[in-house]
Amino acid sequence: MAEVGMRPPASPLRRRALRALRWLFTPLRPDDYLELINPLWSTRELRGLVERVEPERGGAATVLIRPGYDWVGHRPGQYVRLGVVIDGVHHWRAYSLTSSPDRADGLISITPKKVDGGVVSPYLVERARPGELVRLGEVEGSFTLPDRPGRGLLFVTAGSGITPVMSMLRHLAPSASLDDVVHVHSAREADGVIFGEELAELERRHAGFRLELRITGRDGRLTPDELDTLCPDWPERETYACGPGELLDALQAHWKRHGDTGRLHHERFQPVVGGEGAEGSGGTVRFAHRNLDADCPPGTPILVAGENAGVEMPFGCRVGVCHTCVLPIREGRIRDLRTNVVSEKHNEIVRTCVHGAEGRVTVEL
Amino acid sequence: MSPTTHPFAHLSAERLDELAREFDAIHDEVRADLGERDRRYITGVIRLHRQIAVAGRALLLGSRSKAAWAAGTGCLAVAKILENMEIGHNVLHGQWDWMNDPYIHSSTWDWDTASTAAAWKHSHNFIHHTYTNIRGKDKDLGYEIMRIDPHQKWHPAYLAQPLYNLLLMAFFEWGVAVHDLDVEAIRAGEKPLKDVWHDIKGISGKARDQILKDYVGWPLVSALAATAAGRLVRPEPRSRARVLADRARGRRRKGALRAQLAAVRREGGGTFAATFWADFTANIIRNLWAHSIIFCGHFPDQTYTFSQEEVRDETRGGWYVRQLVGAANITGSPLFHLLSGNLGYQVEHHLFPDMPSSRYAEIAPRVRDICHRYGLPYNTGPLSRQLGTVHRTILRLAFPGGKPRAKPGPYPGDEVARAA
Ligand code: FES
Repeated sequence: MAEVGMRPPASPLRRRALRALRWLFTPLRPDDYLELINPLWSTRELRGLVERVEPERGGAATVLIRPGYDWVGHRPGQYVRLGVVIDGVHHWRAYSLTSSPDRADGLISITPKKVDGGVVSPYLVERARPGELVRLGEVEGSFTLPDRPGRGLLFVTAGSGITPVMSMLRHLAPSASLDDVVHVHSAREADGVIFGEELAELERRHAGFRLELRITGRDGRLTPDELDTLCPDWPERETYACGPGELLDALQAHWKRHGDTGRLHHERFQPVVGGEGAEGSGGTVRFAHRNLDADCPPGTPILVAGENAGVEMPFGCRVGVCHTCVLPIREGRIRDLRTNVVSEKHNEIVRTCVHGAEGRVTVEL
Repeated sequence: MSPTTHPFAHLSAERLDELAREFDAIHDEVRADLGERDRRYITGVIRLHRQIAVAGRALLLGSRSKAAWAAGTGCLAVAKILENMEIGHNVLHGQWDWMNDPYIHSSTWDWDTASTAAAWKHSHNFIHHTYTNIRGKDKDLGYEIMRIDPHQKWHPAYLAQPLYNLLLMAFFEWGVAVHDLDVEAIRAGEKPLKDVWHDIKGISGKARDQILKDYVGWPLVSALAATAAGRLVRPEPRSRARVLADRARGRRRKGALRAQLAAVRREGGGTFAATFWADFTANIIRNLWAHSIIFCGHFPDQTYTFSQEEVRDETRGGWYVRQLVGAANITGSPLFHLLSGNLGYQVEHHLFPDMPSSRYAEIAPRVRDICHRYGLPYNTGPLSRQLGTVHRTILRLAFPGGKPRAKPGPYPGDEVARAA
């Protein structure tokens, strides 16, 4: 089955009324008819209307969305699953929310950067129009600031890694919490810095906010050692990093050697799922309903193993975000391909897109 | 059976492979082209269905009026037909799964008919569409209760088939539901009791839903609306004495409720019955229509049936040809095709059961062209003729004997050929 958005925060009264009336409409629901009048009224799935699309530098665009019901709220740094229909097909992707949770007009925003050869980001940047309907999924992510940030923050971001941090900065700015913040941001070109003007404006207005802009096309990639000059007191700061995998790997190694990894928080855009250098020995997946054994080499998600064997598997995002791919594991050991943690399962539901088999695994469909 | 009697005996294995490639190409081309236009089509039909259903229910609020009753019943019948055929049948075939839309998807769809989606997907999508027109395997050949092919052995029970065919027409959805149960397998002990029980629960659930909605719920809504409207027109305050009397008896609320109910019965009773019969009629109309369209898909004289030996080592090309000559089209206007769920393109549907139905009209000329080039029949005809031959067969084969009728195309059918 295909992915759905989150349940909107409709009032319990409304929900109860609709449930009571359901039998008059079965097998449809009252919602099916309410949607005829306004698709935002659906109580099954939270939807939103695109209100504006504002071009940003560096091939990005900010999409401002008005949710159909009161926005459920998010913490700065979290991401949301967004569903759009492109050429008739529903696509889902997760994007960091770039809006501050305290926006007065109730809008939320994401700022995708166009990925060449991609499907959803080029659509959002170039083709999405005001008035368009989108679906909103769960808000997720643990890359968030503590409720009362202590003094001394360091942000290390690169490229569109700025997006979750932008929400944090926008949230912190009005509450005067930007009084001791260093932000080291890398971008390929000087005129391609997403939110460049807003960051400069923040620096002008807040004496305690220092932006260190690194243009990698000119100055080369940032190495963690350089932090000693850019932000000498980095070990004392809570650090939030977001960017490409290599940068995060380097930072992690650096903190492990010279700092306290407990104070380094990071967010990866794409979880690393298996692939080269995968650990473990793989195994086989048995699909009980079809009496079929599928080979599951190391680093291969159960989802892919099943598909390769011709089993019709449910899936959505394929990166562990949407829970569309969940299936019960009757028994067997599986490996979380993101963390490499191996666990024994017994009639438990798991996400097949981010778990591989470790030995013999039996899956129910 | 000699190989020359095979309906596509004139096609070599290579030629059949070529044919398979041609059909595959049509499939892949359409698949690659699916997009916004198709999505608009199905969401448009779904919206249309809901609007007509709403209109029907609204009209039936005044179902005491003859005109409103007829219009409301008509709307409801059309809505049910759309919902069943162009939407339900095709969504459950997975024709729209490519959209990845969770609400228009074969895994989540349910329809307003007596079969549960799951049972029907098994008996129809799997059994019928895989074993199309193979005698003894395709249970849709006569639906286990009718002799529809001269190869089926006669039994005295078939004498009554013209009669129970009439019943089947009127209550087709229930016939299909019971057919999904697979009574034959139950009798042969091939179906685990657990599954039988599961299916029965499913059907009774659907029955309960339909009874509640069509025969209790909406008639009640109409009755309440009629009562309320009546009150508006001529308000009838309860007399002070009556209120006092009720209160004295200590059942102010109960008494008031009883009075209300009596009023609804008095003023809304007729409306209740009118809506009840409107719903009943709409269901019957839908059933008659579905029965007619579906019987015309495989049972006109033109279609071939196959013995199990004939299909033993069937290739992909052979499969395509079996689908092709085992089905028959009905000609008609675009509106007719919409209302028949595009099953007037039964041939195209059987070649490509998971292709969006809206594309069948587009590919029909190409299918016909392939038939022409490969010397194969393309079965089609107007509704009256197709329906005529179907019912003639049902009448004729109620009696013993009967020969396959001459088939169009290069192969006239085995017995016919022998007699000639
Ligand atoms: S496919 Fe989205 S969580 Fe697995």
